[in-house]
Amino acid sequence: MQIIDVLKKYPASQTSLLEILLEIDRLKDNHYISKEEVHMISEYLGVRTSHVYSVLTFYTLLSTEPRGKHIIQVCKDIPCYVNDAFDVRKTLEKMLNMSVGQTSRDGLFTLEETACIGCCDEAPAMLIDLEPYTNLTRDKIERILASYREVTL
Amino acid sequence: MFERMQLLVCGGESCEQKQIGAIKDALLVELKKHDCENEIAITQSSCFGLCEKGAIVGVFPDEVYYQCKTKSEIVMIVEKHIKNNQIVEELRIKDPILHKRLKEHSNFHVFNKQNRIVLRNCGIINPLSIEEYIARDGYFALAKALKEYTSEEVIEIVKKSKLRGRGGGGFPTGLKWEYAKNSQSDIKYVVCNADEGDPGAFMDRAVLEGDPHSILEAMAICGYAIGAQQGYIYVRAEYPVAVERLERAIEDAKNLNLLGDNLFGTDFSFEIELRLGSGAFVCGEETALIASIEGFRGMPKLKPPFPAESGLWGKPTNVNNVETFANIPVIILKGADWFNTIGTEKSSGTKVFALGGKIKNTGLIEIPMGTTLRDVVFDIGGGIPNRKKIKAIQTGGPSGGCIIEKDLDTPIDFDTLTDLGSMMGSGGMIVMDEDNCMVDVARFYLEFTVEESCGKCTPCREGTKRMYDILNKISEGKGTLEDIDHLEVLASMVAETSLCGLGQTAPNPVLSTLKHFRDEYLAHVNDHYCPAGVCRELTNYIIDDTCVGCTKCATNCPVGAIIGWPKAIHKLDMSLCIRCGACKQACPVGSIKTVKGGEAHV
Ligand SMILES: Cc1cc2nc3c(=O)[nH]c(=O)nc-3n(C[C@H](O)[C@H](O)[C@H](O)COP(=O)(O)O)c2cc1C
Repeated sequence: MQIIDVLKKYPASQTSLLEILLEIDRLKDNHYISKEEVHMISEYLGVRTSHVYSVLTFYTLLSTEPRGKHIIQVCKDIPCYVNDAFDVRKTLEKMLNMSVGQTSRDGLFTLEETACIGCCDEAPAMLIDLEPYTNLTRDKIERILASYREVTL
Repeated sequence: MFERMQLLVCGGESCEQKQIGAIKDALLVELKKHDCENEIAITQSSCFGLCEKGAIVGVFPDEVYYQCKTKSEIVMIVEKHIKNNQIVEELRIKDPILHKRLKEHSNFHVFNKQNRIVLRNCGIINPLSIEEYIARDGYFALAKALKEYTSEEVIEIVKKSKLRGRGGGGFPTGLKWEYAKNSQSDIKYVVCNADEGDPGAFMDRAVLEGDPHSILEAMAICGYAIGAQQGYIYVRAEYPVAVERLERAIEDAKNLNLLGDNLFGTDFSFEIELRLGSGAFVCGEETALIASIEGFRGMPKLKPPFPAESGLWGKPTNVNNVETFANIPVIILKGADWFNTIGTEKSSGTKVFALGGKIKNTGLIEIPMGTTLRDVVFDIGGGIPNRKKIKAIQTGGPSGGCIIEKDLDTPIDFDTLTDLGSMMGSGGMIVMDEDNCMVDVARFYLEFTVEESCGKCTPCREGTKRMYDILNKISEGKGTLEDIDHLEVLASMVAETSLCGLGQTAPNPVLSTLKHFRDEYLAHVNDHYCPAGVCRELTNYIIDDTCVGCTKCATNCPVGAIIGWPKAIHKLDMSLCIRCGACKQACPVGSIKTVKGGEAHV
């Protein structure tokens, strides 16, 4: 789908802004909103580009920089932390050979942290493309990453 | 044709991962074998609330629940129970505490002290089926409100029920509705706050995923009461399942004209739309939420004016939390007097809590207000695992505080928790044991606030950062006594001068840990020692003479700092140790202890 088609799905009013940003982000393989897109959105909604930027940069699910195909978000909140027999973030950093905030060289994964994702009864947990994975163990993480790699190959 | 039996397969997130699809497929294969696939309905329900039991299949109307692991078990259930009406006793779910096979779901010990009002349909109905919701008296409350009551009467009932907002503040819901009703305007809005962001809380998710129609129905009732025709649900994008089910529910309700124009043949019309939150905790604050729906950065505004006067696009707006709304249909159907029989004098009804942390049974529980914390932790929660001692219960998330052992017999309600220096919050309840360092816990919550502070007001933006820096300093062993004083001064300043609830309550975790666990702070500052052995820089390990020489610690040590022969007491070289704690975790007999710096060198 083209960006313009996404825009047309929404009424041209400021209240659609966040929805539009989220949808474009999801649509794109590299999950970010480019400068050109900011201009298109601002034109369509009739709001200033600076306003689009201000909203775009406020919400943690959105990005102005290209990201990986799959976005891994590790829950960093207290239930996951208290129950954490091992450190999910560090484990992922090691397995992916990068730190939080970075994108893997092959462009497959971006590693991020997230606030509580409501899976506390099954801590520790993470989201990949907003899909929850819970009761994580080292083996499980390895299997999950492998499954994403396989699909993409 | 009607199905004679229904099989409910748990589709909660944890079970969904345990390959519910496979179980459903296997069930279908077996049913086909016996030629009865048309007599039996297989339904995916929401979470049964027994996640630690694994994949669960419920057989209705018999109300028998099975725990299935293998294909042969499924074969057995179909052959014996479905085909021949014989209950397969050996596969029935065991009660986690009584370790007995019990006859009925409601007899579970875990459920004994619970009273399911908010979660009444969760796990019982298929959340994707509006018919099943209607079969459980769904939309009857809306019909009753529209046909039998004036809008004033609806508000009167809600006021009399003494329902208080479950989103954290505990503000009387009926009163809030009355304010919105009394605000003069042609256009008004109802907003459901489903931005659930408190770490450790997931009750709203459970309701949205398990019983989405109850929220739609309640919002329509609220719309009728205050005179609004449009509702918005602001739900986190991080809850994709909830979003999907709400979308479906709205569509189904529209198709049956339970939302839309002229509901139940009256002149009342009501529509609901979804709006997605995108990962900003502060958007749970109602004025920030409103800004976010309008397409601005989600930053809070000064109150007054309250949303009831001037909210969404400047119009009177009533904002309620998911759990608050979930109570409304039942209150309308059963009446305020009935609701008042549950709970305490000042806090009627139930509250859903998310039990987490160091506790045997984690998960959601719904208890009448007034239940004691001890009952929650030890009876319902099954106590602390690994024979550890309870240290504190954290309630209210980053806005709340810690409750200690001696206060466990307090009956829980809005006011008692506040009196204890914590708060109800949205219902996260995290149990900590002796292995949790309270300085570290406070530091953790402050880190959360620092990150989630929207930056609009200075006390919150700068003050929380400074407090966080001081806590870091203390946990690294570089803190001084003056730092503790500074912490207290800053805490009261941030609490008193911040713009919104985020900053106003952010110091609570610090103040409450300082109050109850000052000695732990002092140990960090004066003795450079973390009693719980959490703060790395302040932890030294020794292996004492109870060591059985099993070699587990040595194998687990990533840097080879432990030496010793099998069956001999091991030795730890602190100069090599990186303080990762792997040895302590690996030790089966608890011989590895943390000690004050200096004592440990071998
Ligand atoms: C920082 C902050 C975060 C909040 N987050 C939530 C939330 O996630 N869900 C919620 O229902 N209320 C939240 N609230 C409370 C709302 O501002 C508001 O009081 C509530 O939605 C009112 O609904 P109730 O009366 O039904 O509780 C938050 C408040 C603050 C200050």
